[in-house]
Amino acid sequence: MDIRTQMSQHTFRRLLALPQPLRLRTFSILNRPPPNYPGHVPLTLVERGALALGSAFGSLRNPHRHDLIAALGEATAKPYFIARLRAAMLANPTGRRILRDKPRITSQTMSLEKLRQLPENTVGRAYAAWLDREGVTPDTRDQVRYIDDPEEAYVMQRYRETHDFTHAITGLPVIIEGELAVKAFEFANTLLPMTALSLVAVVRLKAVERKRFFETYLPWAVGNGLKAEEVINVYWEEELETDVEVLRARLGIEIPPDLRETRKLLRDKNKAERAARDAKDRLGAGMGL
Amino acid sequence: MAGLLPRATKRLRLSPTSGIICRDCRRAVTSSIRHSQQQQPAPSQHVSQSEKTTHFGFETVAEELKASRVRTVFSSVAASYDTMNDLMSLGIHRLWKDHFVRSLNPGIRPTSYSQSAAGQTILDIAGGTGDIALRLLDHATTINRDNGTSVIISDINPEMLAEGRKRFATSPYYASTATSPNRRVSFLEANAEDLSAIESNSIDLYTVAFGIRNFTHKEVALKEAFRVLKPGGVFACLEFTPRLSNPIMNGIYKRWSFGAIPLIGQVVAADRESYQYLVESIERFPSQPEFASMIEEAGFIVPGKERGDGGELQGGWEDLSLGIAAIHKGVKPV
Repeated sequence: MDIRTQMSQHTFRRLLALPQPLRLRTFSILNRPPPNYPGHVPLTLVERGALALGSAFGSLRNPHRHDLIAALGEATAKPYFIARLRAAMLANPTGRRILRDKPRITSQTMSLEKLRQLPENTVGRAYAAWLDREGVTPDTRDQVRYIDDPEEAYVMQRYRETHDFTHAITGLPVIIEGELAVKAFEFANTLLPMTALSLVAVVRLKAVERKRFFETYLPWAVGNGLKAEEVINVYWEEELETDVEVLRARLGIEIPPDLRETRKLLRDKNKAERAARDAKDRLGAGMGL
Repeated sequence: MAGLLPRATKRLRLSPTSGIICRDCRRAVTSSIRHSQQQQPAPSQHVSQSEKTTHFGFETVAEELKASRVRTVFSSVAASYDTMNDLMSLGIHRLWKDHFVRSLNPGIRPTSYSQSAAGQTILDIAGGTGDIALRLLDHATTINRDNGTSVIISDINPEMLAEGRKRFATSPYYASTATSPNRRVSFLEANAEDLSAIESNSIDLYTVAFGIRNFTHKEVALKEAFRVLKPGGVFACLEFTPRLSNPIMNGIYKRWSFGAIPLIGQVVAADRESYQYLVESIERFPSQPEFASMIEEAGFIVPGKERGDGGELQGGWEDLSLGIAAIHKGVKPV
């Protein structure tokens, strides 16, 4: 074997030794590898980039397209961020148990009837109360499809399914303001890029809401997200009967000001002011001024 | 913030695991996921050896199930059908459909000698959203000044027909007017393999655009077409071809089909699977010579055909856009 073949073989072997995310092209669109789990769709780098761009703009135009937000999360999670999250789960004993048991949260596994029976101030009751207040259900979230490693795919699925629990223990509502606050908290806590990219939706807020977000909720989210424990490591199925305050103290989360209450107070105040102004105008008109 | 830094920097640690999992652990994880998700096996696994199967894209399904699977696909694509067509073909589908209708020249030009203004009866199969039917009526009315030609739009899927009704509601063809006392468009929900609602020898022109690749039994549909057409009537089919003749263009085209189209389906229509099915069904469609022989076997005369060496049919169809789509025509013998 001459020196050139030796060199190229050596380089070739070193290329194959690289972890898969770093190899730029491992397969083509027409020759996809078999799926690693049911529903898995292996994507090439170009497809992933196009999916990320398309779902980013699509979800900005229509925030109700939760499937696009999910796709954005999956397209941007590799190579580093989902691996980091999985490593964080493996570093924690509860996280390791979650990865071993792989529990799923669906409307079958989380019976709302039973949760509503739980005593006040338990996590399960707070979750059920939050679902009822916001008018949502623990319906099956979109399945993870575009993450290649099955365990990382489970981590993503778990993050998606426990998002509502994060809402429940912080009390933030499903309106855009509340969602953005939760996403900011999740970015500081999980470092998933999709959570940071969702914050671009700040442009859709009204000026008053934006001011409130930057003054109160963003600092709350970043501060609490950074100092809290990893929320992904909470075994929610076992914490349903824990007291919410105890759980919050254990995780290191302070509850933010109630967003719905704040908005309601502001609305009522504006309505009262407008009513007073109308009454004064009418009075003035009656007196011929 | 100083208290936050250690935990935050621990999170940012740039070398978590190397990402490599040994083969045994990966196999253990995959099998545990597959085990926990083994609720309902795919329907194709229930097909016994004696039942007949057919292809549904790259999947194999029992024959009875294919029609309902196709119906489900088109229920979910109905609402965004036209937008998706524009995005997938970059608007070129409009040129194909215009050319298709123009080459058929529907409508009878009235002369001073013609007595009746009966016009032609056209049957548009799998024409749910009505884009071919509208073009046919427009051509007959504006170019051939024929106010009597009418179109029956038939589709297996009620949602697609509903989209068609919406399109026609704002057109002059839906209501009966002074110049055209009979309604010029009607809607029929039917499977193309069973057109018993239509009399034999009653249709002047049978068109099917981008529909026939979804039929379970194309030969049965061709035989039905033969039955309902009048002697001298024309069968016209606009359909995608399974591959282009130029290998480089074919490579680019296939990568667009299998890569971009399901992606656009996901982003625009929230449905990757239906568009994956669509591109797979194109792969499974017979090539132009094969399809032309199927048309001949149903009894039609295929105009412009020649037998090349090897007995293969040549020239009995028209390729569009380098062979991405093709127009097949047949005439029922008089």
